[in-house]
Amino acid sequence: MKISKCFFALIILLLIGFTVHAQDIDDLLNETTAENTEEVIETFKSTHIVSGHSVERMLDGQLDFRISHRFGTVNTGVYELWGLDQANIHFGLDYGVTDWLMVGVGRGTYEKTYDGLLKFSVLRQSTGKKTIPVSFSVLTTTAYNSLKWEGSAELPFWDRFSYTTQLLIARKFTDRISLEINPTYVHRNLVDTELDPNDIFSVGAGGRFKITKRITVNAEYYYIIPPQRDYRSLKTYDPLSIGFDIETGGHVFQLHLTNSLAMIEKGFITETTGNWLDGGIHIGFNISRTFALK
Amino acid sequence: MKTRLILVLLIVLSATLNAQKYIAKTGHIWFYSYTPIEEIEAHNRQSVSILDASTGDIQFTLLIRSFEFKIALMQEHFNVNYMESDKFPKSSFKGKITNPEKINFKKDGVYEAEASGDLTIHGVTKPVNVKGTVEIKNGLPTLKSKFKILTEDYKIVVPDLVKEKIAKEIEISLDIVYQAN
Repeated sequence: MKISKCFFALIILLLIGFTVHAQDIDDLLNETTAENTEEVIETFKSTHIVSGHSVERMLDGQLDFRISHRFGTVNTGVYELWGLDQANIHFGLDYGVTDWLMVGVGRGTYEKTYDGLLKFSVLRQSTGKKTIPVSFSVLTTTAYNSLKWEGSAELPFWDRFSYTTQLLIARKFTDRISLEINPTYVHRNLVDTELDPNDIFSVGAGGRFKITKRITVNAEYYYIIPPQRDYRSLKTYDPLSIGFDIETGGHVFQLHLTNSLAMIEKGFITETTGNWLDGGIHIGFNISRTFALK
Repeated sequence: MKTRLILVLLIVLSATLNAQKYIAKTGHIWFYSYTPIEEIEAHNRQSVSILDASTGDIQFTLLIRSFEFKIALMQEHFNVNYMESDKFPKSSFKGKITNPEKINFKKDGVYEAEASGDLTIHGVTKPVNVKGTVEIKNGLPTLKSKFKILTEDYKIVVPDLVKEKIAKEIEISLDIVYQAN
């Protein structure tokens, strides 16, 4: 009895002695990095999926210069070279003030609009010590329509504005697949007729599938919530876009097909007039170039 | 009485067996890529290492994600496009100091050291021979070394478009301060 006790003690001691000192290099690394939280990177290659925003933002000190382009609709036929004769552009500068705030300004051909944006990165999908399942950003934009006013009475200054608030919620499910859902509210101060709503609610959905390390397929769709989608002086459609992202170091080229002409939220979400089914499709591209200013 | 004796013996034994081992938890490993167009540098200050002075066995390992760049977009591309850190999260070295007899771990001083072993980067393992110094100060070693590797040896693909920005040969530097285990 006593001997067996001794043996027992011996074995335990040996085990303790062994485990304390036979520290494996991987255990050492785990111990050292146990407090690390890793943010999931590259949910999307760019700050935009196609026309709408992705959850991504410019990080601290980085500047994104974006030139976006939409041609005319494909169904205009050979006379317009399937839309290529018509040019509609938007250019923007977006800057990461901090890792959680991006500010941007832009100008587009569509209604000669000047626009500004604020994008807040609230949550970032993370693994490690702190686990966060999704990334969450909030986007607010303002757009100023600078078209010449042809009405008889003077147009009040503030009537030219429209505003958008978007919640951008995304998850990178695998290396290849990321999905995003964007509840959106657009307010237009002035609309065409009494029939048209000032407030429009919609839900956007977007995603990407990575084909190679540097090429992804993207798609984006916004569902305009009734009744605002139906009571309109102008026949509008839900925007649907598909395209490719091609990343080459500091540039991301986005080539796509879309039924919307505008490249700001107020335009493509609430005023898309192209119909995919009868060829109301625009060929388009975005070029994004990132500069590190800090 | 006998039991106690054995206990004491065992504790002493297990302690002395490992007395020659040193560990590092905040080792500094960095790399540098130079081309006339672009200089790239990234630092990892969470590299871990175990050095066994009695056998000359030396090991390093680190997480690719812990490399810090000055430019955030470069860090993203490094992880996603080049190192594929989701697939290959770690990089490591496992080898031996080939001239342990020339290093007196008990006496302060700077000693030339050579090591050879297997270096694993991006899931590819290659044998390497590396030169450096071991400095003993207050009985604890600090290891310094600088060597070069070729990106293509480790199947790190650099597309033609950025070939002028990323060097073919990457310089890796180590500055590891050990503590007693």
